[in-house]
Amino acid sequence: MELVVSSLLKIAFLLTVILGLVPVLIWAERKGSAFIQDRTGPNRASVLGIRLGGLVHPIADVMKLLFKEDFRPENAHRFLYALAPFLVFFIALLTYAVIPFGDFIRIGGVEYQLVVADLNVGILYVLAIASLGTYGVVMGGWASNNKYAFLGAVRSTSQMISYEISMGLSIIGLMLIFSSLRLTDIVAGQGGAIWNWGFAMQPLGAILFIVAVFAETNRNPFDLPEGESELVSGYHLEYSSMKFALFFMAEYTNMVIGAALITTLFFGGWNIPWLTRSVIEGHAGTILPVHLVIQAVVMGLISLLFFRRAARERDKFGDARDREPGFMGVVTALMALGAAGSFALKPWAIGVDAASIYATLLQVGAFVGKVVFFCWVFIWVRWTLPRFRYDQLMGLGWKVMLPLALANVVLTAIWLAIV
Amino acid sequence: MTATKKAHPYGGKMTFWERTYLPEVFRGMGITIKHVIHNLLHTSEMPTVQYPEEHRSYSPRFRGRHRLMQRDDGSPRCVACMMCSTACPADCIHIVAGEHPDPAIEKFPETFDIDLLRCVYCGLCEEACPCDAIRMDTGIYEIAGTTREEFFVSKEFLLNNKSDGTEV
Ligand code: SF4
Ligand code: SF4
Repeated sequence: MELVVSSLLKIAFLLTVILGLVPVLIWAERKGSAFIQDRTGPNRASVLGIRLGGLVHPIADVMKLLFKEDFRPENAHRFLYALAPFLVFFIALLTYAVIPFGDFIRIGGVEYQLVVADLNVGILYVLAIASLGTYGVVMGGWASNNKYAFLGAVRSTSQMISYEISMGLSIIGLMLIFSSLRLTDIVAGQGGAIWNWGFAMQPLGAILFIVAVFAETNRNPFDLPEGESELVSGYHLEYSSMKFALFFMAEYTNMVIGAALITTLFFGGWNIPWLTRSVIEGHAGTILPVHLVIQAVVMGLISLLFFRRAARERDKFGDARDREPGFMGVVTALMALGAAGSFALKPWAIGVDAASIYATLLQVGAFVGKVVFFCWVFIWVRWTLPRFRYDQLMGLGWKVMLPLALANVVLTAIWLAIV
Repeated sequence: MTATKKAHPYGGKMTFWERTYLPEVFRGMGITIKHVIHNLLHTSEMPTVQYPEEHRSYSPRFRGRHRLMQRDDGSPRCVACMMCSTACPADCIHIVAGEHPDPAIEKFPETFDIDLLRCVYCGLCEEACPCDAIRMDTGIYEIAGTTREEFFVSKEFLLNNKSDGTEV
């Protein structure tokens, strides 16, 4: 019973983070691409004049998609056409089950591991589930009875198969080093100094894995299954309304998985360099107050910036949007006051239990922060690089990545045998 | 082509490091992040025009919605010579000529309609006019309506278009 409740809570936490990240990522994609291209990006949709720099736009998008006609092409396969987006999204979410987002949380003397399912074949599970995602794509492309969609699906399959191999091989070196397939072991093995992280021990493996993840998630420069310029928009060409939204959300969910996997395998997972759990718990009396002071100061400065803008741009638009900087100033000032006010609770005299929970929170925060950073890298790369040509893609996958991944396995094995 | 050696389309072969892609990828990412940081710190320097609130300023030669010039007494300067409707490549000026009481003027337009939906804003009507009766210097480019009829503008409408873009 307890296992069920704690698992459900963990699943709820993960779903909140992931599904909450999706609209934020869509926003970051639009705003980031705008800033990269010297544009302003979305800044119109508002709730009572509060625009949050365009963050309200995803809500408007969802409303629009919900009310759109759910169109099905005449000769599409009824069942498979409807099933495909659900399958893609479902599979995209499945992978998270094995990804540890913290080590444990101690409540009332009981330690709960912060991973939904601590499988001893964790990595294999991830690889297996991730490649299932192609089925949804192929189904969608085939069932819509459109040649562009079908071509997109075919491209997606061949690309996934090609890069799956180098992806699998690129992490064998890591498995050899940590001699485990369990993701919690791999993360725990990367504790302590920053050179214990996977990318420092397996630089080649890390690069190959990151490139393969880009290809697996169909993101630029490997987004040939979508290829707007030649395939209109690829496998989801015929989809509209929420079915399209599911494909769209699955793409971003896959991106979050990709980032989470890169973080877990090569960038220390929930580890904070040097600040291990014992260090945090031992010095919580100093770390927590310093943390609070930094937060109060940063938030205070941000709120001052907002108030300055509020004073300067009082009548910029002449409507509700003029209230926004003032509102944001009040919110950030309250956050600063909250951080400063928690000094009343004597953070320097933090108890043992509270210190343990604080350490857990810091670790979860570190994990989410790293995942968000890698998601930004996905976006950053997309708006920097052009798309590969199809033969270049295959050439890179089979003639460069595969031999390099094999060489990496052999070299790691030799090195481990000698040391 | 008699070239013996196949030349690289962008001149020269790629070097080893270029062929590994990665250094060039990082260089490109450096360039884009520079743009992001600059734009984050200097939001007000963004070239984007926040359209409904801000308007781009166009040059005085910009061809906007037409207007008909008036004589001192307020009647149209146009003498219904049909030069403009003949010159118009979109065939969108429709004039019905009438006899003017003043024999020195001879003719005047009884109706003078322009179908703005067909107009391509080429300015040939303006150039063809022998008496500078039609001009496109209003600077009005926000031409919107909910029915087609609204774009079929009449003589009275055109006579009252002001050059500073305001309407009377
Ligand atoms: S601008 Fe060109 S198309 Fe428009 S009315 Fe004049 S001549 Fe015709
Ligand atoms: S060319 Fe000038 S004068 Fe002649 S009909 Fe046109 S507007 Fe009138």
